[in-house]
Amino acid sequence: MNAPVDYLLHLADNALILGQRNAEWCGHGPILEEDIALSNNSLDLIGQARMLYQRAAELQGGQATEDTLAYFRDVPDFKNYTLCELPHMPLMSATAQGDRDFAITIVRNFLYSSLMVLVWDQLQTSKDTQLAAIAAKSLKEVRYHLRHSRDWMVRMGDGTEASHAKAQAALDQLLPYCQEFWSTSPQEQAAQANGTGIDMAALQSDWNQIVDEALQEATLQRPTDGGFVPTGKQGIHSEHLGFVLAEMQSLARAHPEATW
Amino acid sequence: MALTAAPTSSLSHTADVARAWSLLDALTDPEIPVVTLRELGILRDVRASATGLEVVITPTYSGCPAMGQIEDDVKALLQAHGLQGRVVTQLAPAWTTDWMSEDAKDKLRAYGIAPPHACAREKSGSANVVQFAARGTKPEVVHCPQCGSANTTETSHFGSTACKALYRCLACMEPFDYFKPY
Repeated sequence: MNAPVDYLLHLADNALILGQRNAEWCGHGPILEEDIALSNNSLDLIGQARMLYQRAAELQGGQATEDTLAYFRDVPDFKNYTLCELPHMPLMSATAQGDRDFAITIVRNFLYSSLMVLVWDQLQTSKDTQLAAIAAKSLKEVRYHLRHSRDWMVRMGDGTEASHAKAQAALDQLLPYCQEFWSTSPQEQAAQANGTGIDMAALQSDWNQIVDEALQEATLQRPTDGGFVPTGKQGIHSEHLGFVLAEMQSLARAHPEATW
Repeated sequence: MALTAAPTSSLSHTADVARAWSLLDALTDPEIPVVTLRELGILRDVRASATGLEVVITPTYSGCPAMGQIEDDVKALLQAHGLQGRVVTQLAPAWTTDWMSEDAKDKLRAYGIAPPHACAREKSGSANVVQFAARGTKPEVVHCPQCGSANTTETSHFGSTACKALYRCLACMEPFDYFKPY
């Protein structure tokens, strides 16, 4: 059984865009160990994205390769959660300059990893055997990502007044974006229908449990849900994704046939 | 006598496979040159196919940059000995550090890398994830590869390569790498 190409792209785009965002810390980490940790995290995510794009390209056929999927699609073609594309900064215009906020990085990694431990676990029994194999590998990696981000979030939340305030602000900013996890999209419905995908709504209570236990330990307050539900996975993105793609794709587009 | 053609060719295939195994057996990991790909569980199989030999490898971490180098090393070694072959990457079953031989673990230790513990038998489900991530739970004791002390502490979950964590020995004060269970 083959997973719908758009479903593989949704999973791949999440990993690639968050991997690209986290790679921004390479050479700029707050301490050397965190620089290395975030680069490792990024490397795992980009590795997962590559395997998923390879599978998508194989099913799509024609001239598609992992590179054409990563570098030659535009904003409306990307199906990642809006959460993954946001800058490591308090909300501001995409053209504004600011300092990266480590708390945003950590809280986002925590929220995303808390979801993906559940998603990859379930996808191990996907009827698309290649996707199941990718899930089994990715699960091992995301467990380390969750451990890392959760540990830091608790340290910040249960830390000093300043670190607590930063962690709480990051949570207040990012948690509403997680509402997108539970809305439906055509690719998720198609994948669930043919047994290659999963019922996302069924994961919500487990996800809430992981998040709430960590927030309690971190002495952070969970903001109430509500408001706008983002639509990134349907190709309707925030203003930030275009800037991520511009940086990520410029080299491949300037030298489209280049190999090294 | 009409039958000789087929058996001869299958015999030579068998001989090629055996020769490839003996060559590849000595091929070491590009990052950790004291252990072989076979000992690490990366080299899974060598088999004959209609188009030549197939060497089956499995990736370690999804983004491990050494995989490309490993593929090149395998191809170069076969070519240098006149063998035709291609490298097949196989994802399932997913690579695990549990495949590492005891011999390989001893070599890692002698090289200054603490070898991986057995993977915790994590069943699926969120309860295990939370337990795994809980702060304050004492992780497994990692012995210092230099002095053998159990008095060590984790400096960082992530180290110089995707597969390692950074540790420090509080007895001999030396930093060291720990090959993480995967």
